Amino acid sequence: MREVAIVSFSQLPSSKVIHADEPELVQPVTAAAMEQIGLTQDDIGFTCSGSTDYLPGRPFSFVAAVDGLKAWPPIRESHVEMDGAFALYEAWVRLLHGDIDTALVFSFGRCSLGPVPEVLNVQNDPYYVQPLGLDAISAAALQARAMIDARKATERDFAEVAVRNRQNAVRNPNAHVKGPLDVEAILAEPYISSPLRKSLCSPLSDSAAAVVLAAGDTARKLVERPAWIRGIDHRTEPHALGQRDLTASASAKLAAEKAGVRKGKVDVAELHAPFAHQEIILREAMGLGEGTEINPSGGALAANSLMTTGLIRFGEAASRVLSGSADRAVAHATSGACLQHNLVAVLEGE
Amino acid sequence: MSEILSAPYVLEYTYTRSTGPVVGRFLEGLRYEVLEGVRTADGRVLCPPVEYDEQGEATTGEFVQLRPSGTVKTWSWVEEPRKSHPLDRPFAWALIQIDGADNSMLHVVDAGEAKRMRTGMRVRLRWAEHKSGTIRDIACFEPMSPFMPGPVHLEYEVNPGQHYSAYLRGLQRGQIIGGKDPESGKVYVPPRAADPVTGRPTSEYVEVADRGVLTTFTIIRIPFEGQKLKPPYCFGAIVLDGADMPIYHLISGVPHDEIRMGMRVKAKWKPKEQWQTSLENILYFEPTGEPDVPFEEYEEHL
Repeated sequence: MREVAIVSFSQLPSSKVIHADEPELVQPVTAAAMEQIGLTQDDIGFTCSGSTDYLPGRPFSFVAAVDGLKAWPPIRESHVEMDGAFALYEAWVRLLHGDIDTALVFSFGRCSLGPVPEVLNVQNDPYYVQPLGLDAISAAALQARAMIDARKATERDFAEVAVRNRQNAVRNPNAHVKGPLDVEAILAEPYISSPLRKSLCSPLSDSAAAVVLAAGDTARKLVERPAWIRGIDHRTEPHALGQRDLTASASAKLAAEKAGVRKGKVDVAELHAPFAHQEIILREAMGLGEGTEINPSGGALAANSLMTTGLIRFGEAASRVLSGSADRAVAHATSGACLQHNLVAVLEGE
Repeated sequence: MSEILSAPYVLEYTYTRSTGPVVGRFLEGLRYEVLEGVRTADGRVLCPPVEYDEQGEATTGEFVQLRPSGTVKTWSWVEEPRKSHPLDRPFAWALIQIDGADNSMLHVVDAGEAKRMRTGMRVRLRWAEHKSGTIRDIACFEPMSPFMPGPVHLEYEVNPGQHYSAYLRGLQRGQIIGGKDPESGKVYVPPRAADPVTGRPTSEYVEVADRGVLTTFTIIRIPFEGQKLKPPYCFGAIVLDGADMPIYHLISGVPHDEIRMGMRVKAKWKPKEQWQTSLENILYFEPTGEPDVPFEEYEEHL
């Protein structure tokens, strides 16, 4: 199979509000990702983005976003109505065709414009769930309760995950919320939807991110140490919450197995867990033990611009390999309610 | 850079959705308060019904009527409902396994307070008053109690017998009457049909004092069904002067940590105009302030 690597990554610092429209978010971040390896849009074989129009509430906002690129002469372009990590997956598949050597992947998330927990109800079953108005926090709370009932974790375990991520975020200049926070303070917070409290949920952020992929020798020419995608797999579970075991992630487990996570030591893992308890599920599903540094960036609990958070996990994991501070990293992205979709990749240096 | 403009904006799609033979039949059933599941090819029942199961197999189209009740599999309490939520008061989201179904349905439980919620609890379906052919025709679920009312009500005319009548009449006059055994000279309060030592009636009535010695006591700190007083309170055994057997009453008018065995106490009577044929004519016993009685003097009454 053709070798493909992540060779560049750029992100806008996440914050509560970025006063910018779609092209104004996309332009600086894509330009930076290309510039740092000496490329321009003319050098890119395929461009793919991930976003959802429901965040800005603006139909075809993903089309508007292309105005942030140099798209003349016409470019090969595609879009997924998902996190940018899934656009990266499409770009990886596209590069396997062998006729082009580079791809630009980008995504943007604007959580500051609308009622995000309610907006996410639009992804639920339109017959049986949407009319009830299930918000995203309550859906995740049903999963957290199921974990407690199954004795897989306690509320204190959830809080410990949040504390560690917030602490890690202190070293991340792009994080939105960061330490210090202690377990007792979290356990004293009121419930939003029990057993979830504010600090067990990710913040809502605005941001944008971009990644450049390159194949084979092109990647080696562009950077000293490409982050090779040694395995990547995307698995999906049934939509209905009442038809799957919420306390485990069969899809993350299978995706990790297919991506080859257990074939070697994992130095670092960037997991896309918008709620603290989901990190516990993912670690178990993917078999990540004590020897793996989890979310040194602070993860989704420190910054969560929807549709960008997963791509940032890929970018953060790749950055560790590109810089030589990790040899083998796992990147993960999720989509849908209660970890319905899971995309797992193994990135390695040479 | 000029200042960023901002304005309110509403996104609305007035879509309608076709429902098809499976979802459509289920939703139509709700209008008539009929709850159905659909049978899968491998014999399971799914409610709410779907066209294909998670294995990708088409469901059979055979519908199974289900009881409007089920079991909570997981839940989340919402103290402050959002505008989009189906109830405007605190409620629980829940995945509910309808009785006879193999999967769970997302809905809400109107439980009033979070402490009534637990995984595994039984719930019954409450229908919406006005039906619209949507999942909202189920207004919510409500907790089912594992208990049914089981009251017993029987009407009697009771009498306390001769000796107890004499005792209660005495209380009505503000006197405490005991019964004396002619042979042993022991005085029992109230008077008894038989002296437990001799087996003979305590034939002679004598008045005993409304004061005596506290022989033992307990402080009640736990609540229980039918309790008339708010804990903590003290209940004690009092051997009245002239009696050989204790009566039991409340001890009050003294801090609990000062109550002790051997303490002299006296009755605190209600106002005379409230006296009835009842020991409740005495509100409680309180310390007299006299010196304590040595243990040896009341030891035999313990």
